[in-house]
Amino acid sequence: MPGNRRIKQQKKRIRRRSGAVTATTLGLASLLLSGCGPAESGVPTLTWYINPDAGGQAAIAERCTEQANGEYRIETSLLPNDAAAQREQLARRLAANDDSLDIMSIDPPFVPELATFLAPVPEGVAERTTENTLEGALQGAMYKDELVTVPFWANTQILWYRESVAEEAGLDMSQPVTWDQLMEVAATQDVELGVQGSQAESMTVWINSLIESAGGTILETPEAPADEIELGLVSEAGREAARIIGTIGDQELGGPGLATSTENTSLNLFQGESGSFMVNYPFVWPATQSAVEGGSLDQAVLDDIGWALYPRVYEDQETAPPLGGINLGVGADSDNPELAYKAIECIVQPENQTEYFLTNGNPPSNSESYEDPRIEEQFPMAETIRQSLELAAPRPQTPFYNEISTGLQQTWTPPDEVEPETTPEESAEFITAVLRGERLL
Amino acid sequence: MTSAITKNPRAMKSDDGPHNDYSDRAKAERRLGWLLAGPAFIIMLAVTLYPIIQAFFDSLYAFRLTAPDEREFIFLQNYVTILGDPVWWRDLAVTSLITVVTVAVELVLGFALALVMHRALKAVRGWLRTAILVPYGIITVVSAYAWFYAFDISSGYVNSWFDWVPGIDQDLNWFAQASTALPVIMASEIWKTTPFISLLLLAGLAQVPDELTEAAKVDGATWWEQMRKVIIPNMKAAIMVAVLFRALDAFRIFDNVFIMTNGQYGTEVLSLLAYRTSISRLEIGLGSAVSVLLFACVLLISFIAIKVFKVDLSGSTGGKR
Repeated sequence: MPGNRRIKQQKKRIRRRSGAVTATTLGLASLLLSGCGPAESGVPTLTWYINPDAGGQAAIAERCTEQANGEYRIETSLLPNDAAAQREQLARRLAANDDSLDIMSIDPPFVPELATFLAPVPEGVAERTTENTLEGALQGAMYKDELVTVPFWANTQILWYRESVAEEAGLDMSQPVTWDQLMEVAATQDVELGVQGSQAESMTVWINSLIESAGGTILETPEAPADEIELGLVSEAGREAARIIGTIGDQELGGPGLATSTENTSLNLFQGESGSFMVNYPFVWPATQSAVEGGSLDQAVLDDIGWALYPRVYEDQETAPPLGGINLGVGADSDNPELAYKAIECIVQPENQTEYFLTNGNPPSNSESYEDPRIEEQFPMAETIRQSLELAAPRPQTPFYNEISTGLQQTWTPPDEVEPETTPEESAEFITAVLRGERLL
Repeated sequence: MTSAITKNPRAMKSDDGPHNDYSDRAKAERRLGWLLAGPAFIIMLAVTLYPIIQAFFDSLYAFRLTAPDEREFIFLQNYVTILGDPVWWRDLAVTSLITVVTVAVELVLGFALALVMHRALKAVRGWLRTAILVPYGIITVVSAYAWFYAFDISSGYVNSWFDWVPGIDQDLNWFAQASTALPVIMASEIWKTTPFISLLLLAGLAQVPDELTEAAKVDGATWWEQMRKVIIPNMKAAIMVAVLFRALDAFRIFDNVFIMTNGQYGTEVLSLLAYRTSISRLEIGLGSAVSVLLFACVLLISFIAIKVFKVDLSGSTGGKR
């Protein structure tokens, strides 16, 4: 019967179609399972987990792949936006023995925690890649006196100021300035200081630099196990740090938004009418330039901006500015650790660091990279950044950094409640209790 | 249909089939039922029961993800630490406050919106329902950012729009203390989820037979008396289900707090504590214990609702009572 035949044909068609669908699905699934699309056969692929940037790391990966002449290929894979989430992903992957972690971009404070999961840096590589590394950046790449990561780019905070305000206050900015001087200007001139008082990582950055600048240190025993860690918060340096933060909070010298102020909000404040002095990273310069280009900010503001080294705590004691940036590490489970280190040597070449600074605004960790004349032209404050990186002090280098940092953030905020007599002691007690597993964080 | 067949097995028995309780057809339907629901059931077990058991197991250990070799069985010590810590009790109080306030406000607002939708003219009913449902269709993270930027001291407009309200001025930093941050978080939560509760209540309103309200009207009942004596008692089941669902949802609040304050200045809730302990601190043992306790709280709320307030989950979903 024609009706029956039609049904049979339809059934056949459906069967054929579903066969094709199954084949396509299987094909796609096998592609997905293999982790990537068709790869060039024979050339080992190295995966570089990068923090998001303006495309600079991907460009370097491409250049190094070309220079490798078929010895290896670098593929980049993007990590989350903020540093804490990057650490979380890397830690989870490393703990799960993920062998795709050939090269990783790691924020310096997380180096000690991840160090046990990293392949050791070969002696030759260590020597060649740190020949001209700035002192602060080098410290941030080490753990227990050993180089465990390779410094790539380095970040630091400098003091940005409005020349008009400094002039009016009669401050000689060619000489080092102290926090007390800045606080006095803010109190007498009715202007606001750009500092980061939010309960966030930026607070730890501030506390650490104040304590280090005052000659102290947050962590007395970097190599001790969690329950034996001793902190240097209850000290003259700790009290001095608390006095500065407390005064700025108490006298409202950091503006009404101080308690939630981050790097971006303090930049907004600095660019505004009450802007005066601000401690912040070099991104301030390109950000202000593009705001002027975009028409949202007056050229006069840009012309009024000056820069100097991070403020001192004591007039006669050198400052210890914050240190950030990115170091490169190789996962211990990587299939090609030797090639990965070879690739890292290519990535951190001084000319790549220069190019990265020029295109992405992230300062080099290698002093040689600053010699390119284009840098001075595009970043007139490059020399100040270089000096700052020589002096910069890393944050506490311990696998328990996260506990110490979060503990500090919780006890040293809001800034107007910070008291030199009680805050350092309370925070030390709280953090050690957390480290002993007796308190929640 | 299955229930109709199984209730009257004799009526459906086939003439030549074996004389047991179920007909061939009933058996086939049961088999088909299992075949259709079975895979979903197994997947549910795999993605819910397994992690719950794993979390409980992990919670008995001192286990840090970055130090797997130091993993140690400590039995209930994690629970002792958590329950003896003021942070847990503070977070529990904040979470409970958010739950109680948001559910109460949403219930009143949601009921009003449900009445409006129920009574609206046919011509505008579709538009009205869409308009009311828009907030619910927005992703929580997006709405949290919208509320955050509205109230933020450096980019927000609320301070300048409402500076005539006593207590609000240009310098008010909403997110610098719990007393101002929590109301913003709760307002965002209420704005976002009131449509959900109003939808559930609308379904309840639609179930109240018109004859009852008409009879009440004939008897001379005022609007308020109709509401109190006829409508609300008849939709009690729908109200209780709405309250239970929203309470469980509100108790697990995370996104709004995470985006707006990240728990700073006393605004941390239990989900955020569990997240920060397990994911940020990588303390799998302690974090699992927090999660298990959070789960226990949710179970307790369900238990109280079902046993004490007699919420009938089957009644409102169309089942027989």
